[in-house]
Amino acid sequence: MLELGKENFEEEVLNSEGIVLVDFWSENCDLCLDLMPEVEELAEEYGDQVKFAKLDIKGNRRLAIGQKVLGLPSIVLYEDGEKVEHLSGDEVEAEDIKAAIEERI
Amino acid sequence: MSNTYDLIIIGGGPAGMSTAIYGSRSRLDTLVLEAKRKTGGQPATYHDMENYPGVPETTAQELMDNFREHAEKFNTEFKRGEVQDLTVNGFEKVVTTKKGEEYKAKSVVIATGAEPRKLGIEGEEELKGKGVSYCATCDADIFEGLDVVVIGNGNSAVEESIYLTKFVNKLTMIVIHDEGVMDAEKILQEKAMENDKIEFVWNSVVDEIKGEEMVEGVVLKNIKTGEKSELDCHGVFFFVGRVPNTDFLKDTVELTEHGYVDTNDEMETDQPGVYAVGDVRNKVVRQVITAAGDGATAAVMAQGYIEEEEYWQKNVIESDEPVLVGFWSVTHQDSMDMMSEIECMNSDEMDCRFVKIDTYKNRLISNRYDIEEIPTVVKIVDGEVEEKLVEPTVEEIREIL
Repeated sequence: MLELGKENFEEEVLNSEGIVLVDFWSENCDLCLDLMPEVEELAEEYGDQVKFAKLDIKGNRRLAIGQKVLGLPSIVLYEDGEKVEHLSGDEVEAEDIKAAIEERI
Repeated sequence: MSNTYDLIIIGGGPAGMSTAIYGSRSRLDTLVLEAKRKTGGQPATYHDMENYPGVPETTAQELMDNFREHAEKFNTEFKRGEVQDLTVNGFEKVVTTKKGEEYKAKSVVIATGAEPRKLGIEGEEELKGKGVSYCATCDADIFEGLDVVVIGNGNSAVEESIYLTKFVNKLTMIVIHDEGVMDAEKILQEKAMENDKIEFVWNSVVDEIKGEEMVEGVVLKNIKTGEKSELDCHGVFFFVGRVPNTDFLKDTVELTEHGYVDTNDEMETDQPGVYAVGDVRNKVVRQVITAAGDGATAAVMAQGYIEEEEYWQKNVIESDEPVLVGFWSVTHQDSMDMMSEIECMNSDEMDCRFVKIDTYKNRLISNRYDIEEIPTVVKIVDGEVEEKLVEPTVEEIREIL
């Protein structure tokens, strides 16, 4: 999965055509760490149709808040740079993410 | 793989995992079903863990990882699944998950815990994940350097507030009680009072959470004066108690009016072989250590239950020949004398198999056959009671043989 930061977020997500999935996470968020492997599995499955990326909140908090991400883990889908889906909280399941992807490809 | 176990534990928090440690160590084939991705229950979403005896330096997450490792060491099986139904057919209990998977067990322990209570105030649902949070460890990094509000004043509220002050700029606790009064333990209250980043608003509740796409502030209401005021903040954390996860049990076991499972001191529910442990049951103190204690009790009870039932089924109910059952107890001399007299009868007089049941160790069977006085002798043919003699003479016993 592509690592995002202040320097490449605009280019890789907001100015990117097609679907981009961003996994917002942080080291202190255990739920995020648990969910990550499942997102990585989805990346294997859908990697050729969707760009998978992750953003560590640490050092990128302003950027996250700018994207209205105030709860972790957050999985946000962008379509042609537009935010189209935001899944957040402890109830996010890999199946929910999969369904959101399926809906758009 | 077979879906049949000796013991199924619904819920993988501290109560469930401690049941599993005791159960699988006693060689019970044990399964833990956890609805969430990760085991650990409520502590898995907390940070500090300062009061688990014998483990002075740990975090809640680490302690829960150790519980799991400990259970796995004794071969507990863990599976993911949200249980939707529990059906009790005598000795066979059937557990069904939301996805339709079916598991069977001789005994079931309910350890589904409780989840954070929602207050249902304006903005709470709409702004969940947009500043409204129920998990401090998840969202602490986001609120670094920002102002947050914490609703609640119990142990969780205070512990999590102290944790959050390592990240946030300022934290305001909204306390419904009079100034200086909190539900949390004294040691935690003192820590909170000494913390420079924590401020308190007393006699108040949050009336509304404001914000369009993100939390921008809260409307506070003083419950004494009715006066309202606004407070700007970026995050609102809820720690206002919990509600038990027992909806799926409504028709199976007895619940209290608040939805907790009603148990006795032995963790028994009103269904034989079904136990409840930890926060889901009706009790006053809800701590990791009390949850673990409940688990130990339930596992020992479940093991006794399984042994008792299996012995009874095999030697009495499924017996080809008539069975004479003598109910006795070590504390009752007459009953012991009578048991030895029966044992001394020679095979000419005795055309039955003789089974002794200790009423102290076998409460379930004794209750099922309404044994009130001992010695009592019951003759069972093809699983049915044919004769029952309360405090009989040896002559009377001879007559039924």
